[in-house]
Amino acid sequence: MNKQIMREAEGMLAEFAGPGNLLEAAREMRKAGYTHFDCHSPFPIHGMDAAMGLKRSPLGWIVGLAALFGTSAALGLQWWTGSIDYPLVISGKPLFSFQAYVPVTFALGVLLSAVAALVGMLALNGLPRLHHPVFHSERFGKFSDDAFFISVTADDPLFDAEKTREFLQHIGGKNVEVLRES
Amino acid sequence: MSTEAPHIPTSPGAPPLVTGNQTFASVTENICRITERKTPPVWYLALGAAMSLLLVLFGSIGYLFWEGTGIWGLNNPVGWGWAIINFVWWVGIGHAGTLISAILFLLRQRWRTSINRFAEAMTLFAISCALIFPGIHVGRIWVAYWMFPIPNQMQMWPNFRSPLLWDVFAVSTYFAASLLFWFTGLIPDLATFRDRATSKIKKYIFGFLALGWRGGNRQWRHYELAYLILAGISTPLVLSVHSVVSTDFAISIIPGWHTTIFPPYFVAGAIFSGFAMVVTLTIIARKLFHLEDFITVNHLERMNKIILLTGSMVGYAYGMEFFIAWYSGNIYEQAVFLNRAFGQYAWAYWIMISCNVIVPQLFWFRKLRTSIPVMFIASLLINVGMWFERFVIVVTSLAQDFLPANWDYYRPTIWDISTFVGSFGLFFTLFLLFIRFLPMISITEVKAVLPQADPHQGGSHE
Repeated sequence: MNKQIMREAEGMLAEFAGPGNLLEAAREMRKAGYTHFDCHSPFPIHGMDAAMGLKRSPLGWIVGLAALFGTSAALGLQWWTGSIDYPLVISGKPLFSFQAYVPVTFALGVLLSAVAALVGMLALNGLPRLHHPVFHSERFGKFSDDAFFISVTADDPLFDAEKTREFLQHIGGKNVEVLRES
Repeated sequence: MSTEAPHIPTSPGAPPLVTGNQTFASVTENICRITERKTPPVWYLALGAAMSLLLVLFGSIGYLFWEGTGIWGLNNPVGWGWAIINFVWWVGIGHAGTLISAILFLLRQRWRTSINRFAEAMTLFAISCALIFPGIHVGRIWVAYWMFPIPNQMQMWPNFRSPLLWDVFAVSTYFAASLLFWFTGLIPDLATFRDRATSKIKKYIFGFLALGWRGGNRQWRHYELAYLILAGISTPLVLSVHSVVSTDFAISIIPGWHTTIFPPYFVAGAIFSGFAMVVTLTIIARKLFHLEDFITVNHLERMNKIILLTGSMVGYAYGMEFFIAWYSGNIYEQAVFLNRAFGQYAWAYWIMISCNVIVPQLFWFRKLRTSIPVMFIASLLINVGMWFERFVIVVTSLAQDFLPANWDYYRPTIWDISTFVGSFGLFFTLFLLFIRFLPMISITEVKAVLPQADPHQGGSHE
């Protein structure tokens, strides 16, 4: 600790033994009133949304709008090109034949929905974001292997270097460390 | 309300999904090890062979562009030859990947976790091969962009009432949606690769591709819903793609093609051939990379059951085509089907029947459907049979059209054969690169089906 300037703490990280312990700890965190915390695990844990008090993801609405836009744009394109801009009778079929327009309408609806599902998910998650306080920790990389962590960021109103550390240890956190730029 | 999938415990007495007493760490280790260890020499040999075939493909396509479709065996009545057969065959193979990743996900078939990544990759590579054939078949390749609604100086637009144009949209959407689904599934695993990376270049590449994934539950909740939605929209997609492909045939008035049974019949055939290809590749990969704990005989047996089901559906469709030909009273329809079974292409018809209808019946017997050598040979034969199915459909209906004076016999040329063989080069080159550099089994999903991933084990729920 001989550094000239001790950088400001950006958060705190605690490790938990397994998915069950992480779930318990998440309930405690929520009960204690923490809001800017997250539970990191190698796979999604059943029941964690309820334990953390998270609402349903709004992604469905985003994808729904994209699907609506995709299908109406596809239908509009087929109608306008085939009936208005370049009307051409082919095998006696009507210029606007919605039955014949179903496959392309469906395909473009699916295409835009799929793009919206991925892009919307990333946007809601604030990704891509290659820089985050949790990445300051050496241990954190194990979350993608077999470790379970709770992180609290310093912008949480309840964050306090001492009290938060004690609380995390109290609810079963091991290897509690302060997240700061090294 | 929580958005995550309802918790489905494995039924008691069911065989474990993953064997070998795996822990979370051992799952990571066993799957990552394949890409992290020193490149085995056999991989270089295989890649060399695959890339040689890829050169054959490039050469054949180059000569085709130079000379035109006259280098193929197409003749006057038979305007669609191997290129269309190969297209339908490769697209069909692609169907298993999406079925496994989407439909089995919605049906909560947890055994899919060991094979879905692998099968999805196979889908992408099979569609890549498929897309080549209609693309190069257009003849004047330099105007291939006419297939897309691009404003142009001729002030013309594509004909959206044509099934051939539906095909362009259906298959390219299928490729794009499968790619997005595959990448979504890969994100957490790319984070694992990033966190394990030892060299700087790997850290950069996987760090970039993982997009900063932190595995926090605030991310998982959006992620899980995104995965569910992608599965939901891919499910009708996988059923629609081969239906649209079948309309290329069914909407024409050619006897033998003009039939309403085609969409479901093509979809069943596609899933049938796709699963056969997954079984072939899985058997090789699990042996080569010692993945017996992750891809157990139980997984293979379940795939064989799907092969039995879809194979029987295909057999039913073959029978029904004959029944309808007789029942319709249409003499042209009847002539076409009699010709198929007993005419100049009878040899192809009976290869098709033996491989597609008789071979899968072996899987009624548990002993045979759990035997690796039996299922390996059966899966190869099924894909031969499925290629001949498309040959029978395309060629027999065209070779003898309405005017007997037009009749001819279709033979492929060396360029038909080299293009088809070369497409395997593309498929295997992509596949070998995939198994060398990316996790071929979903690390995240396999961990989630381990018993210790259940947070309520031994305790009460809530």
